[in-house]
Amino acid sequence: MALTTGRSLLLATLSLLLFCTIWFLLPATGLVSEQFLPNPVAVLERIVTLIGDPFAGATLPTHLSYSFGRFFGGFLLAALIGVPLGLMMGWFPTLDALATPLLDGLRFIAPIAWVPFAALWFGTGVGGPIMIIFAGAFPPCVINAYQGARHVDVRLIEAARMLGTSNIRMITQVIMPAAIPSIIAGLRISAGLGWQSLIGAELIVASTGVGFMMVQAQANVATSTVVAGMVAIGVVGLLIDILLRRFERAVTRNR
Amino acid sequence: MATEASAVGLDRNQRTDEKAVSASVAGRKLPGRSKWRKMLARPPVISALSVAAVLLIWFAATSWFQLAPAGRFPTPQEFWSSLRQSLFAGYAGGTLVGHVWNSLRLVVIGFACAFLTGVPLGLLMGSSRTAEAVINPIFSLMRPIPPLAWIPLAILWLGLGSAAKVMVIWLAAFVPSVINSYTGVRGIDKSLIAAARMLGTPRGRMIGEVIVPGALPLIFTGLRLSLQAAWTTLVAAEMVGALTGVGFVLNVAQQDIYPSMILVGMLTVGVLGWSTTWALAVVERRMLARWPQGRS
Repeated sequence: MALTTGRSLLLATLSLLLFCTIWFLLPATGLVSEQFLPNPVAVLERIVTLIGDPFAGATLPTHLSYSFGRFFGGFLLAALIGVPLGLMMGWFPTLDALATPLLDGLRFIAPIAWVPFAALWFGTGVGGPIMIIFAGAFPPCVINAYQGARHVDVRLIEAARMLGTSNIRMITQVIMPAAIPSIIAGLRISAGLGWQSLIGAELIVASTGVGFMMVQAQANVATSTVVAGMVAIGVVGLLIDILLRRFERAVTRNR
Repeated sequence: MATEASAVGLDRNQRTDEKAVSASVAGRKLPGRSKWRKMLARPPVISALSVAAVLLIWFAATSWFQLAPAGRFPTPQEFWSSLRQSLFAGYAGGTLVGHVWNSLRLVVIGFACAFLTGVPLGLLMGSSRTAEAVINPIFSLMRPIPPLAWIPLAILWLGLGSAAKVMVIWLAAFVPSVINSYTGVRGIDKSLIAAARMLGTPRGRMIGEVIVPGALPLIFTGLRLSLQAAWTTLVAAEMVGALTGVGFVLNVAQQDIYPSMILVGMLTVGVLGWSTTWALAVVERRMLARWPQGRS
């Protein structure tokens, strides 16, 4: 077993090295132009430059802080509305029947298709992007909380009901604790979709943020800045996921 | 009374498995005093009432009482005339059918590319440790970058035409196909593979009769996610830069501040997403009926 793990590690390292070498050599040998594919070193240099020098009105960290602020607002809103709604839908059959056809209809509309209305109703500054993140992050919050609530051990519910538990206490003290793993899994999916929707929104309408920076760079054929933006988006997305995974582990450990 | 109650119960059970679970978990008796209340409390009736209520609120808020600010929310009449305009007179350089055709074509091509590359790659990664060790690191490196973030680079590489869109759709749909096919293979009962291997099953039959059928349910889960990702990405790509397509309609309607046309575009996106998902579900049912061993 140790041998195979060692071999896997070796192969993984080799494959990553090969990937970086090809990425480096393609533009370096002139096979494709630097304008088409900047080499990894150039991208790293560009990121370092962007940390100090503004592009499209702000430095990279400032753009990132704008993007993250919007993301956080929209994600929080989706979690605060979506999770309780999902739990209540799992408990009250009437609410389930009321909300399901509406949510099913909305689910098939891509979050990005909300961009025109979001811009019209809430502007392109903060409100519009938050609405689009909400549109992307809301469905997984509801669906996972709902399914978590549905798969609670029936014996728990029966015991609680026999003791005369009220609806509110049933949801907050029986169903929600049992549904926590499912809820957090939903939050992780939500965060990924919300972050991706935000980038889409910023590409289309916004005057700040990483997505806006990338569109400006694309218009100026500044390929290294575009790739730098992609790397920044990937890193922040990964950090968000790592944080949520930490949170997941902390919550499930205390159970 | 008793027959009525059982009829209600039957109706609930006949819906989906999920509804049956809800009926047993919640296990609540419907508050049935009168016949009417019982009728109205049936889930399908409530669902229909809920949709009707939303439509009614829409009519009331925009058209009858004009509560919503004009020029921001479309009225039903405006929506109807915009729908007719887009269907017959054309909007944003073509009729709605033409735009839909262009978008659908791109999604189908991108999705087919993702299916043809992603599923085999996932199966390969699932069945060979070496392939997994080589491909997984590169895959993990690219995965955190959301597909939408590739749009500017795709436009720089391939321009505003179809090729750039197919590229981003392919990228978006590729990831779920790979991950789920891989997980599907990993989930196959190990003893099944060992038994097939012991009987000296050749590689071709091993793939065709053990690995693919075993992974089939998860492959389809992946394809469903891929399809959703493909539509999201297409709409975004068309809104960033295009000359035709549903996303382009949305973009032009936004610039014209034309709310009812925005609604037409959004509903078109929804209907397209729904109908392609439905078509995929039909294929899934047929395939799973043919290879039922994967279901367990």
